[in-house]
Amino acid sequence: MKLKQLEGLLGGLTQFPAPKVELEQYPTGPHIASRMLYTAENSFDDITGKVVADFGCGCGTLAVASALLDAEHVIGIDIDPQSLELAQENSADLELDIDLIWSDIKSLNLKGFLVDTVVMNPPFGTRKKGADMEFLSMGLKVASQAVYSLHKTSTREHIKKAALRDFGAVSAEVLCELRYDLPQSYKFHKKREVDIAVDLWRFVPKARRSS
Amino acid sequence: MRLLTHNMLASNVRGATTGYPLKLEATKFVTKEVELNADFLRGLLPKIDWRALVAATRALGLSELLPEEQPSEEEIFAEGAADVDGSAIRRIHHALLEIHVQEGSLVCPDTNRCFPIDKGIPNMMLHEDEV
Repeated sequence: MKLKQLEGLLGGLTQFPAPKVELEQYPTGPHIASRMLYTAENSFDDITGKVVADFGCGCGTLAVASALLDAEHVIGIDIDPQSLELAQENSADLELDIDLIWSDIKSLNLKGFLVDTVVMNPPFGTRKKGADMEFLSMGLKVASQAVYSLHKTSTREHIKKAALRDFGAVSAEVLCELRYDLPQSYKFHKKREVDIAVDLWRFVPKARRSS
Repeated sequence: MRLLTHNMLASNVRGATTGYPLKLEATKFVTKEVELNADFLRGLLPKIDWRALVAATRALGLSELLPEEQPSEEEIFAEGAADVDGSAIRRIHHALLEIHVQEGSLVCPDTNRCFPIDKGIPNMMLHEDEV
């Protein structure tokens, strides 16, 4: 599938009608999502034929993108049941099969390293401090192959240190810097559009043997 | 929820030791055909908990689908097996990827905490005092 085609299909997904501030439900736009998954597949072979989990899947953009790129099995996990319903509708509209789990990421318990690749657009941790770190730490516990994530460029050094030192990643690499153009999702955003620089990261977890 | 997801999902409720495997109680499931990918299964199978998979299929009333003992790799990946109806690889593929549990529940083996499955989505949310 071509990048433009992927971006076009993702652009047709239904987004949150009423984003929840406390969960930092920023939608992952089709531009960023398509580049993220396209890079994961074309540069690293981490999607096609793999088991992929989308942490904090929201309306399912990254999960759908993974399924469109022929991931063999896709699991979306979110704490918000309305988001999961949307994700279900979005995947059904494109005739994709995505498994969904209603769970808090921090209490998730996935055994056996069956997940190859974790993809996520975590809360940036601006409303709830440390939320981004909970996601990253769990991603590196669950994935056997790679974790793709978006984090604010302003937190780059902090992310790198935490991943390598605290969460046991063997590598943490910024693949590119993207502009996250947030349409005015919430009332506290004063400007009409808030442009945030975010990094697309690829983390490699420590080598695993199945148990 | 398909049985591949069930095969990795565990409960994290307070008091659980492993929380695995979750006992499946299904009241409704559907099957949907998907293309078999032998290379994918070859990489996946060593990581699958066979007992948990067999228990899940039996819980769905599919007592004949998988044998108690896992067939050998030679048998599963024998040339042409993927094209033979009823071969081990077809059955394993069917069990892992073609069965969608729609309604039912998952029960923690250590605590008996019940996690309902509603419209195919298991609800693994814990209350504050269960974390």
